[in-house]
Amino acid sequence: MSIPELEEMARKCRVEICKMTHRAQAGHPGGSLSEIDILCALYGSRLRARPDDPNWEDRDRFILSKGHASPGMYAVLAEMGFITHEDLKSYRVKGGVCQGHVDMKWCPGVDFSAGSLGMGLSFGMGCAVAARIDGSDRNAYVMVGDGEIQEGSIWEAAMAAAHHELGNLKLFIDCNGIQNDDFCEAQMRMFDIPAKWNSFGWAVKVIDGHNMEEIVRSLEWMDSITDKPAVVVAKTVKGKGVSFMENNPAFHGAAPSDEQLQLALSELGVKA
Amino acid sequence: MAATRDGYGDALLALADNPKVVVLEADLGKSTKSLHFRKAHPERTVSCGIGEQNMLLVGAGLASSGYIPFASTFAIFTERAFEQMRNGVARPNLPVHLCGSHGGTHTGTDGSSAQSIEDLAIYRTLPNVVVMHPCDDVSTKALTMQLPELGKPSYMRTARNKTPVLYDGKEDQIEIGKGVTICSGEDVAIIACGVLVHEAMDAAESLRSEGINATVIDMHTIKPLDTDLIDSVAQNCGAIVTAEDHSIIGGLGGAVAEYLVSSNPVPMEKIGVPDRFGESAGSEEMLEMMGLKSHHICEAAKRAIARKA
Repeated sequence: MSIPELEEMARKCRVEICKMTHRAQAGHPGGSLSEIDILCALYGSRLRARPDDPNWEDRDRFILSKGHASPGMYAVLAEMGFITHEDLKSYRVKGGVCQGHVDMKWCPGVDFSAGSLGMGLSFGMGCAVAARIDGSDRNAYVMVGDGEIQEGSIWEAAMAAAHHELGNLKLFIDCNGIQNDDFCEAQMRMFDIPAKWNSFGWAVKVIDGHNMEEIVRSLEWMDSITDKPAVVVAKTVKGKGVSFMENNPAFHGAAPSDEQLQLALSELGVKA
Repeated sequence: MAATRDGYGDALLALADNPKVVVLEADLGKSTKSLHFRKAHPERTVSCGIGEQNMLLVGAGLASSGYIPFASTFAIFTERAFEQMRNGVARPNLPVHLCGSHGGTHTGTDGSSAQSIEDLAIYRTLPNVVVMHPCDDVSTKALTMQLPELGKPSYMRTARNKTPVLYDGKEDQIEIGKGVTICSGEDVAIIACGVLVHEAMDAAESLRSEGINATVIDMHTIKPLDTDLIDSVAQNCGAIVTAEDHSIIGGLGGAVAEYLVSSNPVPMEKIGVPDRFGESAGSEEMLEMMGLKSHHICEAAKRAIARKA
């Protein structure tokens, strides 16, 4: 997909994120809106997967470790045809494929059952090791939040993946600067995030996580790294695209009201 | 005499013909005995360093990609990855096989920090997870050899120290989920697992000299529990003693009691580690200190028999 096409896909996904969380009156719009440009770029321009055969063994894996930001992933899966737009109405609804946190047992196209932070990178490492033993060139892509790297197990995985020189493991850190209770700076300062990953033996690139051209270039850069794991540290804005959600800790885990939804949709170019 | 952990190591090596079998280590392969597999198949062995949480989920990722991972460390260290086992392995029902060696107070002189006495209880609460605690190296190997066909996750506790070999040449008696009746008597049934199977056999011998005939069952699989066998001995013996080198809370005794109370209640006594931690001492000293020796089992058997209506 071209850059304008990816940007249009991301706009549509933002609309769905707002609608899903509004409909459920629950969920996590802020972190879904911060990650969505990267997810669209990955699925629209890079990820080797088959919507009509989601369990294809040699597919690239995508692991959304920050599994609460599931509306973003569901919106992308619907855009790509893994699920239908009708399925999006099942978000957080009994029996629905769109469980509160993304779940491989419930939703086609989901490779990991998320929910507890700090788990996805290790799981992705397992997928990358499997690909290596298989002799396959498939990749494992993982997305974590910046607050999530406060979990100690992330650093177990960081050290282990570099030790095993897993050039097929690719990580995005969605650095939106806000976690559940407050800004990351207030909760737990992480200081120089790129330097930390660099010191753990990873290839590191810092980008603007809302600039589609930069994101696509970073995906190409990631795939050019084959002798060590690679991480893209993406500077993002929590709630990006909806003015009253942007950089607002209140919208980490809160749904828009009826009025807020209408405002959000108009800002996202939806005609009344 | 042989250690159950050696049975585990032998089984991994024997399973290596299956190209989907992979081994994960957390710097204790020399202790859990996965080192034999590592030496033969380094390309299918993943060192996770001293990082158990990562190890469990690397296993989950491998299992989701069609591999059959066997991860091992000390029983106590598996527990720091409990949430990974719960959310990353059990919940999506991925066939990761976790082995915790050095379980129970029988571990001995390393002291209380190394003596897991709660592992069977906590893993038993997880849906999808099969929980085992075999008593000798032969049955450990036999059970491990059956795991690739299981298709779901498992936890197996092995022991550090040597115990008598019971099943040499009788491997075909060992089946996941089926208790083994070692001897039959109609006065009381002693249901044991792991190291305490041998104490239970000694207890049955002592009881026999006093004119009391005991059934001894090796309940190597705690979950799923062999409830048909429990029904049978409850009916035939009318009194039950459970025996395990594990907390008195929630392990084999807890599992049997939970079943009995809602099916065919009969007098039951539990032998296990009282609600306390261990300490540094020799294996036999620990069993004595914790009230897990054959003479403790004999006393419990008499108490249970005395409570029969």
